[in-house]
Amino acid sequence: MPEQFYWGLEAAFNGLMTGVLYALVALGFVLIYKASGIFNYAQGVMALFAAMTLVGIMEGQVPFSHLINATFGTEVHHFGWHLPAVLGILLTVGVMILFAWVVQKVVFKHLIGQEPIILFMATIGLAYFMEGLGDLMWGSDIKTLKVGLPQGTNMWLDETTYRLFGYGFFINNLDIVATVIAIALVAALVMFSQYTKQGRAMRAVADDHQAALSVGINLNFIWVLVWSLAGFVALVAGVMWGASSGVQFSLSLIALKALPVLMLGGFTSIPGAIVGGLIIGVGEKLFEFIVGPMVGGATENWFAYVLALIFLVFRPQGLFGDKIIERV
Amino acid sequence: MLYREAGDFKTTYTDDNQTFPIKADRVGYYVIMAVAFGVIPFLINDYWASAVLLPFLIYGIAAIGLNILVGYTGQLSLGTGGFMAVGAYATYKLMTAFPDLNMFFVVILAGLITAVVGVLFGLPSLRIKGFYLAVATLAAQFFLVWLFNRVPWFYNYSASGQISAPERTIFGQAVTGAESLPAVAYLFCLVFLVGSAWLARNLTRGSTGRKWMAIRDMDIAAEIIGVDPLRAKLTAFAVSSFFVGISGALFFSVYLGAVEVGEVFGINKSFLVLFMIIIGGLGSIFGSFAGAAFLVLLPVFLKNVLVGTMGWPTDLAAHLEFMIVGALIITFLIVEPHGLAQLWRVTKEKLRLWPFPH
Repeated sequence: MPEQFYWGLEAAFNGLMTGVLYALVALGFVLIYKASGIFNYAQGVMALFAAMTLVGIMEGQVPFSHLINATFGTEVHHFGWHLPAVLGILLTVGVMILFAWVVQKVVFKHLIGQEPIILFMATIGLAYFMEGLGDLMWGSDIKTLKVGLPQGTNMWLDETTYRLFGYGFFINNLDIVATVIAIALVAALVMFSQYTKQGRAMRAVADDHQAALSVGINLNFIWVLVWSLAGFVALVAGVMWGASSGVQFSLSLIALKALPVLMLGGFTSIPGAIVGGLIIGVGEKLFEFIVGPMVGGATENWFAYVLALIFLVFRPQGLFGDKIIERV
Repeated sequence: MLYREAGDFKTTYTDDNQTFPIKADRVGYYVIMAVAFGVIPFLINDYWASAVLLPFLIYGIAAIGLNILVGYTGQLSLGTGGFMAVGAYATYKLMTAFPDLNMFFVVILAGLITAVVGVLFGLPSLRIKGFYLAVATLAAQFFLVWLFNRVPWFYNYSASGQISAPERTIFGQAVTGAESLPAVAYLFCLVFLVGSAWLARNLTRGSTGRKWMAIRDMDIAAEIIGVDPLRAKLTAFAVSSFFVGISGALFFSVYLGAVEVGEVFGINKSFLVLFMIIIGGLGSIFGSFAGAAFLVLLPVFLKNVLVGTMGWPTDLAAHLEFMIVGALIITFLIVEPHGLAQLWRVTKEKLRLWPFPH
C-alpha cells in the first residue's frame, strides 16, 4: 500500500473525530430548534461560557474579580480552593440550568409568536451578551482545562496498526474518549426523549405548540428544560474542545462550523446532525489533505460552508430534514 | 402646529410624489445638507473624523446596502464583511493598475465589481430560503476572506500580505494616503453617502422596491401576481452589494489606508452591520443612518465614560461593550422590533397631531 493512502486514511480518521465535536454542537442546535423553533446562534458561546465557568469554579476564581478590583481597588483573585472535576461539572450544570431559566424568563417569554428571523437575531444578541459576560466574569485569557481526560497519542493503536499494516496511525486518546462520550450522550438523549414523560412532552411541543398546550403541557417548563439540555450538551462540547485546544474565544467559532453541519443534516433531525457532523469533519480534512497543498492551505475555513451551499442547491431541506412545503 | 401638511398645497404630480411631503421635513433636510457640506468641513479635526464621522458615513453606506437586502427584500445575509473585502481589494487592484484613473470612478467601479460578485453568491437564494440562505451567505464571507488571504495576486505579491492605499488626489487634494486632510476625506465619503441614500430611497419607492417588498412579504404570492423572483432577488443582491462594495472601498482607501483582510473584514464586521440595521430599523433608509450613528457613537461614548471618567481598564470596558450591545439588540427586538426608525415615525405622527391628540 502506498504511504499516501495511509496518510489520507489517517486524515479521514482525525476528521471523523473532529466531526464528532461538530455533531455535539449541532445537537444542541437541533434540540432547541425542534422544541421551540428558535435557531440558537448562541450555542457556541454557550459552550465557551460553560467551559469557562467550569474552569473558574474548579480553580476557585472569584467571578468579576477584575471588575471588583478595578472599582474598589481591592486585590481579590481566588477563593483559594481547588475542586474535583465531578463537583465542578455538577456546579456548572447548575449554572447552565439557571442560565436557561433566566434566558427563558427575560428574553424568549417576550418574544413568543415573533417571526423566526427575529428570534434568530435575538440569539445573536444573546451570544454577544454572553461573550462579554463570560470575559467579564472569568477574564479573557486562554485557560487550560484539566478534568482528567487522557491526552496524547494512543500508543496501543499506533503499535498495533504498525504491526498489521506497516504504518502506525496517530490518533489522540482525547478524540477516542470524545467519541465514546458523544455516543453515550446521544444514546442518553434518545432514551430520554423516547421513554420518559418529559421527553414525550418535549416531542409533543416540537410537533405542535398549541396542541401540546391544550393537553396540559407546560410550555415554559419544556422550554427551560430544552435550554438546560442544550446547555448541558454545550458543556460537554466545551469540555471536549477546551481539553484539546484550551478554553479561548475561538471555541465560540465552532458554532459557526456547526451551521453547515445542520444544513447538511437538516435542522430538525438528531441523526442528521450526527451524520452531517461526520461528513463535514471527514470532508474538510480530506479536502485539505488532497486539494489544500495546491491552493495554499487553510481550506478548512470555508470548505464546510461551500459544501453545504452546493448541497442545498440540490436538496434545500438537507439530508434528513422535513420536506419544506409552502402554501400561500 | 408647525409640522403638518395643512396649508402646503400641491399643484403638480411631481409635488405630490416628492420624498418629503411635509414642509418642515424639507426644510430640515436642506438644513442638514447645508450643515453637512458647508459647516462641518471647516470644524472637523483628526479625532472627530477618524473616531466618529468617517466610520459613520462609511457604515451608513454599508447599512443602506444591507438594509436593501435584509430589510426590503427579506434575504438575510451574513456575508457583508466578505463583500466589503471585495470592494476594498477591487479598489486596491484598480488603484495600482490604473494610477491615472480618478478616485471617484475607482470607487464606483469597485462597487460594480462587488455587485457582480454579489449576484454570483445571490444565485443560490433562488433555491434556498430563510436561515438556510443566511448560512449560505457565510460561505461567501469565509471563502472571500480566505481567497484574498491566500492568492498573492490580490495583494500584488507584497511581503506582508497587507494592502495599502497609494496617494490619489481629486481636484488637487489628496483623498487617500497619509497626507490626506480630514475635511477632504469627509467630503469624499459624504458625497457617496448622500448619493447612495438618494439612489436607495428612490429605488425603494419605485417599482423595483415594490417588487422587493412583495418578495419579502411572501415570495410565492409575489410570484403569482407576476413579480419575477429571479430578477427581484438578483437585483436586490446586486444593488445591495454595490453599496456594500462602495463602503468597503472607502473603508480601505479613505478611512484605514492599510488593511489586513482577516482582521478588518471578518465575520464580526458582518454582524456589526447587521446590528446597525436591526437597531436602526429594518426596511428604512433613515433607520440605516440611525443604526450606524448609534453603533459608531456607543463605543466612543462608553470608552469616554468608562475609561476616561471612571478609570476602568480598557479590556473591561470592551467586555462591557459586548454585553451592552447584546442586551440592546435583545431589548430592541422585544420592545421595538422596528428599531429607531419606528420611534422616529411615532414621534412624527404625534407631532402632526399636536396639540390636539385626537
